[in-house]
Amino acid sequence: MLHIYCPHCCEYREEEEFHCKGQAHIARPLDPDNCSEQEWANFIFFRKNTKGQHQELWHHSAGCGKFFNVSRNTITYKIEQSYLLGTAPQPVLDVNKEGKA
Amino acid sequence: MEKYSGLSLVKHSLSHHENWERQWANPTPNKKYDIIIVGAGGHGLATAYYLAKVHGITNVAVLEKNHLAGGNIARNTTIVRSNYLWDESAALYEHSMKLWEGLSQDLNYNVMFSQRGVYHTCHTLGDMRANERLVHANQIQGVDNEMLTAEQLQKEIPTLDCSKGARYPIMGASVQRRAGNARHDAVAWGYARAASALGVHLIQNCEVTGMIIDGSNTIRGVKTKQYGEIRADRVGCVAAGNSGEMARMAGFEMPVESHPLQALVSEPIKPFLDTVVMSNHVHGYMSQSDKGDLVIGAGIDGWVGYGQRGSYPIIEHTIQAIVEMFPCTSRVRMNRQWGGIVDTTPDACPIIGTTPVKNMFMNCGWGTGGFKGTPGSGWAFAETLAQGKPGDLAAPFSMDRFVTGALIDEHGAAGVAH
Repeated sequence: MLHIYCPHCCEYREEEEFHCKGQAHIARPLDPDNCSEQEWANFIFFRKNTKGQHQELWHHSAGCGKFFNVSRNTITYKIEQSYLLGTAPQPVLDVNKEGKA
Repeated sequence: MEKYSGLSLVKHSLSHHENWERQWANPTPNKKYDIIIVGAGGHGLATAYYLAKVHGITNVAVLEKNHLAGGNIARNTTIVRSNYLWDESAALYEHSMKLWEGLSQDLNYNVMFSQRGVYHTCHTLGDMRANERLVHANQIQGVDNEMLTAEQLQKEIPTLDCSKGARYPIMGASVQRRAGNARHDAVAWGYARAASALGVHLIQNCEVTGMIIDGSNTIRGVKTKQYGEIRADRVGCVAAGNSGEMARMAGFEMPVESHPLQALVSEPIKPFLDTVVMSNHVHGYMSQSDKGDLVIGAGIDGWVGYGQRGSYPIIEHTIQAIVEMFPCTSRVRMNRQWGGIVDTTPDACPIIGTTPVKNMFMNCGWGTGGFKGTPGSGWAFAETLAQGKPGDLAAPFSMDRFVTGALIDEHGAAGVAH
């Protein structure tokens, strides 16, 4: 069971209260009508699928209903931090491919 | 390859079964091959076999970072069926099904393919309509699938709660009678043994750490941790949950995300379920193995995960579904629980074909439904690798479809929540 810190509620809550919305920091194209098909496909479908430190968008669906970002290692599942939309995560130092510092 | 038979069993008993031939060789890799397959899972081994058997291409190496057949092929809920909605997927899975039907004979290896039927239960009018639509599509495609009423279902599966008093009462079901399950390890080992006997090199404990790509964006081989560079004219990646890593090494992204998929088995109990039952609605599926354990699965964990484990709430929801359908299981104890890494795509269909890198091919994105596709996937990918471009079965599953919009939406028929 992941325990996720909601930065809006300012509490750790159980995973079941949340819904993961996938990779974070995906910028919606500013001019969708003039995107190439590949650019639009990149936005809608193509993902980093990172094996290691991953930034994700989470929704506190059964709680406050707000969105926030989480920096989580997809190998160890260790959550480094939750951070608000529009802010950047703290860099995770010296984490090698196996997720060990 | 020593032929397995009743006679060979008797013969070997005379020497106390101490002289059975090793099932596959463990060669040191050559410096170069015609084709390298990355990943010795079910699909990779099947690909190697069909390359050798159907296309006569034997200068092939299958590189596996761990021991062969140790990934998702070792971890699944063993369901085999071909009742998918769209013509393109029906063709692929039904081709796979026909290969399953002759597989033990073809490989001379008992894969224990048991065509005990797979039922999909309907708990709402929407479910009934969706299943009826699928049955009609399958009938047009020549795939067996039929609807049953709740009364018929109750007669066929006595322990399934088809009463009106259930929390989510069952209204009916569809059933594919030719579907069933198979022994997952046996399939992989059968392909491995047969491929090895035909001259394919199975190289275990050989981790691919990079792709060798020249100035014209053409692949020339791979870099490995244990054996350095191994060159090849064509490279086919069949690394399932680790497909994203292969793509990253080659410098491109894919519309694929790797999620945990969990499953569990119960303690062995006396036989009471002789078929496979799946419910999209309450979301769980179950069969009973020949050892008596209940083999149970449900949906993926909703976040990207490579840890081969998931969260407990998924297990809890899975068991809720099972107990809802089979109230007699409420006291059964679970024996073992595990997870794999499934590579899911936005349309719940695989990706088979070319990549942005010339002569590098990808077979991935089978997500939660790869096991049933093992023979068909291997067959289609072998054809792709042999001729350097996808054949008819693989062509609709190009990665390109996410750019052109030609998605093949099989979320319903895939039957496992993404």
